[in-house]
Amino acid sequence: MSDTILTLTIDGQPVSGLATETILQIARENKIDIPTLCYLEGLSAVGSCRLCMVEIEGSPKLHPACVTLIQEGMVVTTQTERLQGYRRNIVQLLFAERNHVCSVCVSNGHCELQELAHKLGVDHIAFPGCYPELEVDASHRRFVLDHNRCVLCTRCVRVCAEIEGAHTWDVKNRGMRSRIVADLDTPWGDSATCTGCGKCVHVCPTGALSEKGKSVAEMLKKRPSLPYLVANRTEERQ
Amino acid sequence: MPALPSPPPPTDDTRWQLVDRVMQRLDYQPSALIETLHAAQDAFGFLDKTTLGYIAARLHLPPAKVFGVVTFYNHFTLQPKGEHTLAVCTGTACHLKGKDRVLSWMKERYHLVPGETTADNKLSLVEVRCVGACALAPVMLTDNTPIGKKTFEEATTIIKEWLGDES
Repeated sequence: MSDTILTLTIDGQPVSGLATETILQIARENKIDIPTLCYLEGLSAVGSCRLCMVEIEGSPKLHPACVTLIQEGMVVTTQTERLQGYRRNIVQLLFAERNHVCSVCVSNGHCELQELAHKLGVDHIAFPGCYPELEVDASHRRFVLDHNRCVLCTRCVRVCAEIEGAHTWDVKNRGMRSRIVADLDTPWGDSATCTGCGKCVHVCPTGALSEKGKSVAEMLKKRPSLPYLVANRTEERQ
Repeated sequence: MPALPSPPPPTDDTRWQLVDRVMQRLDYQPSALIETLHAAQDAFGFLDKTTLGYIAARLHLPPAKVFGVVTFYNHFTLQPKGEHTLAVCTGTACHLKGKDRVLSWMKERYHLVPGETTADNKLSLVEVRCVGACALAPVMLTDNTPIGKKTFEEATTIIKEWLGDES
């Protein structure tokens, strides 16, 4: 039944897709923009950042587009005033939670959080900043982890576990005290499982993971290689 | 895939047998993690990195995953507990009856916040969420002995006596 084609409406536009596809996939195929942060093509979707929330007619709840499968006759709205308000709040809260100082960041100008703020028109943070005192782990020979810039999207955790298969990263603690952690809270450079492949660095949406020796705005990330890697592994090769 | 090597216990401490037995009973499945952590904490009193590394290797789990689980649940502790444990109930009734005063007194006097142990390893302070004796609110437990219905002054005197704190 998975090859049945379903039709639905997204933002007034009639679109179609397979029953195994999500609202986000269909929207992207049809050039309808839904902001995302934790979602990355090629990785499993966890629906944790809540930026891709959309309204579905007949449902009082909001639904995360990246993990909601399409249904026949669905009417989806992606850009209402209410949704935009929530998205702006989420981005502001992300900024308030850690020490995001764009002007001194390696990813300035190439940062997904910065782009989101720009796109959603966030020019002020309505919440008082937490300004936590956080560590920078520069023990790795080639890379740096700066907790100050981390938004806990868990892309690095997923790429390491799912694509590289090393599972060096995970999240320790919970709630406000959550941090990305390597092995048993080991400094990154001493991690026994890390292969040094650098995939985590390149999927990181912010400057939390970067290459050593990069200065302000110099950290350009290579994202598109991921779907290619996944495809190469799943398809039978001649 | 060839079977991954299974490491022997880190030391010849017989308590490792208690941990091994649980893993064996659950067939070394990754899902045995929490049960194994419980067994290890019961056996050793806390979970250190050697223990976590051994369990991770035995269950073929990534160390980071094990560490994530241990730090997620409040029940697990990475530090040895003190000689004595003072548990202060923070349930609704005890909250209304003023457990806050005891907690802030503990912080002032012993520099302890819930979940921590003094530097000399003598005393651990923990918060418990309702011990089921709300009629005795505010309740605290000195090494599992419940003490209830005491005023702030009485409570602090009892704690000082119990700890042999003369001053």
